[in-house]
Amino acid sequence: MTYNILVVDDSKLARMAVAKILKVRHPDWNHLEAANADEALAHMKTSKVDIALLDFNMPGRDGFVVASELRQLNAEMPIAIISANYQREIVQRAKDFGAIFLTKPLTEEALHKFLEDVMATGKVGGK
Amino acid sequence: MSENVQDIMDDLELDALTELVNIGVSRAATNLRDMVGEEVHLSVPSVDLIRRKKAVEILSRNDSKLVAVHQVFEGDITGRALLIFPETRSLELVRAVTSGNLPLEDIIDLEQEALAETGNIILNGCLATMANMLQRTFKISLPEILRGDGDLLFNMPPPPESGDVVMFVYINFAIRSRDIQGYIAMLMDMPSLTTLQLLLREFIQRTGGADGASLA
Repeated sequence: MTYNILVVDDSKLARMAVAKILKVRHPDWNHLEAANADEALAHMKTSKVDIALLDFNMPGRDGFVVASELRQLNAEMPIAIISANYQREIVQRAKDFGAIFLTKPLTEEALHKFLEDVMATGKVGGK
Repeated sequence: MSENVQDIMDDLELDALTELVNIGVSRAATNLRDMVGEEVHLSVPSVDLIRRKKAVEILSRNDSKLVAVHQVFEGDITGRALLIFPETRSLELVRAVTSGNLPLEDIIDLEQEALAETGNIILNGCLATMANMLQRTFKISLPEILRGDGDLLFNMPPPPESGDVVMFVYINFAIRSRDIQGYIAMLMDMPSLTTLQLLLREFIQRTGGADGASLA
């Protein structure tokens, strides 16, 4: 099964880092990159996105705003919010939203566990 | 040295530097949250590399009276780190990090201590994150409070030699509905900036390059 993962982060290096992990762990998966909310929404409208990884602290709309907009287009899509800002209110907001909170810097193990967990739920699309 | 300091680093190196600062400030906000007992709202920090003269100009634009928490860092990279606020906002910061209902005389009494503690958390958050992620160690001095204009803050006598390059970070954070705008400035000499650039290149290679570790 292959999946399309959308990585939204204003840092190019952070997007490269996720791509690098995916290339090692899931070389057959497709990954799409967006530097902001508008680019993320454009991908959602032109591609079938199965999983989204969203940076929290971005210029313009933050990760939660982007997550809300993505959920309007795909209500069931698994979403992870990624940030070094792990204040309990922010972690709780992620939980309330039904997203998983992952801490920056993101480790290969943490990302792999998130992906394993969402695949185990059977809710994620893929082909 | 290039007239435009920004030209010293390429886009990806600046991106990496911004990401390091972003992670550092985010962690500092988490520590501040534990100190004040409620959420600290944080803007996305913007990072610029500028000359000292330009930094003084920026700081003088709105406020001539400034208060700064100052710490010296030493290691592969040596320099000074400053958390700078307009003096008019410093009592707001103290109100925000204390209970918020203290009488004015108590707030004035607590100002030095609260500024030093807050500055220590924010500057250490940035410096320690940078050191850890660059796989280096910085020795960081105790915080010191300085008052004066930009010229005074950026023209302190060595040691260490503070050089002509300033890494200038603008942040905006809000605690208990009080908006606090401030700057983080790191002054480095050219050898330190060159070392920082080399360490950033290694970090980029480890993080997003073709081989090595895997951190985002």
